[in-house]
Amino acid sequence: MTEWPLWEVFVRSQRGLAHKHVGSVHAPDAELALRGARDVYTRRNEGTSLWVVRASDITASDPEEKDAMFTSPVDKIFRQPTFYSVPDEIKHI
Amino acid sequence: MQNNQSLFEYVLRLGDSCLILSQRLGEWCGHGPILEEDIALTNFALDLLGHARFWLSYAAELEGAGRDEDQLAFLRDSGEFRNLLLVEQENGDFAETIARQFYFDVWHLAMLDMLRNSTDGRARAIAEKAAKEVRYHLQRSTDWVIRLGDGTAESKRRMQSAIDSLWMYTGEMFEMDAIDYEMLSHGVGVDLSIVRERWMEHVSKVLDQATLTLPASTWMQRGGKQGVHTERLGYLLSEMQTMQRNYPGLQW
Repeated sequence: MTEWPLWEVFVRSQRGLAHKHVGSVHAPDAELALRGARDVYTRRNEGTSLWVVRASDITASDPEEKDAMFTSPVDKIFRQPTFYSVPDEIKHI
Repeated sequence: MQNNQSLFEYVLRLGDSCLILSQRLGEWCGHGPILEEDIALTNFALDLLGHARFWLSYAAELEGAGRDEDQLAFLRDSGEFRNLLLVEQENGDFAETIARQFYFDVWHLAMLDMLRNSTDGRARAIAEKAAKEVRYHLQRSTDWVIRLGDGTAESKRRMQSAIDSLWMYTGEMFEMDAIDYEMLSHGVGVDLSIVRERWMEHVSKVLDQATLTLPASTWMQRGGKQGVHTERLGYLLSEMQTMQRNYPGLQW
């Protein structure tokens, strides 16, 4: 069974709007990956929509390049919107 | 008004088929070929157990003899069970489990779809609820038959062999006996010749797509609905009933 590709599973829960990564399944094709994901990850009424993506189709950032990729914003506080006070009347920002 | 004894028998048959198949599928727990299938098979087992509980608690009420669903499930012997012979057959390899599931799911969904028009309100409600889950069961078992049939040489050989060896248990699913005719005449039960047409249509189409051959044999086993079972049911029951037999009245 090791020759079956890995599929990453994304579930949109009833609470949120975005699909969230929940794990992965092995399956011979997309159709069965979707069925497998349904059985493994939505047994307790967790979802209203499912995506499966072949894991090999995901391009991921290299952990080795973590510093180059992500540290730059940390010491540039002027990039943060925290200097602006938000008026109380504005609820959703 | 139909007599309650016949309706009891009719409902018991539906409940017993769900219960016994559920127990068989439960045997896969921890033994599935891959994690995904292990979980899927036990999901099916739990779905069917849910259906069995609906039917058996209804049967217990109809009988009116003070028995409940648990007593019907755990304190009857082989000869008192009314399930189809198909569902008591052993799991075998994965192809055999899938073939059994496929034959059953096609029948089950056709039955439930027709029972949704039953004159019996309770049967209608149970069928309505169960059909949603069974529709998914059928999609999945259909998918597997096609993939294993139209897969590797080995998977095709095993799938064809499973389709052939379980074929003789499919005949009784469509045989009408006195109880079936009585229930049909009251509009409670379904016409099994229509179920058979739908079943044959789906099964032929899927086997064709799976590059498998529809078995030609016409010799069929029968008796499950009347309580005449294969010896395999006895072993299944002894395992399923062991707690209630050893500790009568045991509760969770």
